[in-house]
Amino acid sequence: MSMLSIHNIKKSFGTTEVLKDVSINVSKGDVIAILGPSGSGKTTLLRCLNFLETADGGEMVFDGERFPFQNVSKKDIHRIRNKTAFVFQNYNLFQNKTALQNVTEGLIVARRMPKEQAEEIGKAMLDKVGLSDRYHHYPSQLSGGQQQRVGIARALATNPEIIYFDEPTSALDPELIGEVLDVMRQLANEGMTMLVVTHELGFAKNVSNHVIFMDSGVIVEENSSREFFEHPQEERTKAFISHIDRKS
Amino acid sequence: MNERVWEILLDSFGKILLKGLEVTLPLTIASFAIAIVIGVVVALIQVANIKGLKQICRFYVWIIRGTPILVQLYVIFFGLPSIGIVIDPFPSALLVFGINTGAYASETIRAAIESIDKGQIEAGYCVGMTYTQIMARIVLPQALRVAFPSLFNILISLVKDTSLASSITLVEMIRQTQYVIARTYEAFWLYLEVGLIYLIFCTVLTKIQSYGEKKLSSYGGQ
Repeated sequence: MSMLSIHNIKKSFGTTEVLKDVSINVSKGDVIAILGPSGSGKTTLLRCLNFLETADGGEMVFDGERFPFQNVSKKDIHRIRNKTAFVFQNYNLFQNKTALQNVTEGLIVARRMPKEQAEEIGKAMLDKVGLSDRYHHYPSQLSGGQQQRVGIARALATNPEIIYFDEPTSALDPELIGEVLDVMRQLANEGMTMLVVTHELGFAKNVSNHVIFMDSGVIVEENSSREFFEHPQEERTKAFISHIDRKS
Repeated sequence: MNERVWEILLDSFGKILLKGLEVTLPLTIASFAIAIVIGVVVALIQVANIKGLKQICRFYVWIIRGTPILVQLYVIFFGLPSIGIVIDPFPSALLVFGINTGAYASETIRAAIESIDKGQIEAGYCVGMTYTQIMARIVLPQALRVAFPSLFNILISLVKDTSLASSITLVEMIRQTQYVIARTYEAFWLYLEVGLIYLIFCTVLTKIQSYGEKKLSSYGGQ
């Protein structure tokens, strides 16, 4: 049974239709890679799922509960966000907080967890992403790869049912991409449910179990990741894969 | 400059400085405190885009920035008694300088809030924080650091602007100086002297500002 399904989501910015009737299903433990050229709507899709953008139509079924995008209360948004987590392309760390405070903020402030308990979890999460020696560093004192790993630790701390990754490695220098992908691979192996918008074909091929290829606001093709790369069906998919492969 | 002038200056220096410490300084600090509170509230209302209140805030900033402080002082001190509201010189000045400076501070703070990257607000939402929590814990602390030099600039202006309160009979440094001039007719030297005392005040504030900026020099020293 799917943990999260999206039915016919639509979104326009002005007269530009960014998402046209997109539907997806996510089961527990799925690692789904969403691929597609820039402007294909994949980031907007992810942002709508966490209500950072308001979709114009469609609905979400999450843990058996139905939420029409156009008619969802603030309280429900808050509830859904408390069960999910988001990792941003530009990390979006709280600049006035240390790495540890970034991770514990959501626990202490939003979930009213005692500080000691939150710090224990925060340290454990930072250890997990390999930042045991950076608890008290501010974001400005960390490299991009380290900042993104703090971002992932922050996402993990709230024990979410699913983590949305919005191009988590696109802002990184090439030599820093590996350390972030390693952490994501580790999470996938541990069974974390992940929806990952990415340009990393290697990740899609080797880590994700399912691939969605989007273009111009629609899903062009989706399949298990092995089938997707070994036997792409659509011309646009083939062109995209060979184009990206050539670049890397 | 003869010996008599020297004596007048030495004699008056303490008196004028005393008014500075007793009146100018408390008036400045209290007005500035009021201004910061007004500034933060007015800025947040505008950033949060609260319908109705936002228009009131824009109107407030428009009126206050568009009229001279002197007029505002006159309206409060000389104008209000005609409708039966009488306020003493010091509270009148406090009210006017607080409200006046608040309008300028609000614009500075609003700009600083808007300079903070919106991504942090989204991240706050995503970890389950409310708008109020995000503003109070993430955005405002950063914005006030950004605004610090400009706010200090406003404070330094305010020290000197309080001299206008002499026009509503408040005995601060300027009015005290004028009393001495009325007795001695040494306007040139005494006005230079009071100017020097303002300069001393502002120099001390400037030192505090650069110390503060160093202390605040951004999280983890960017």
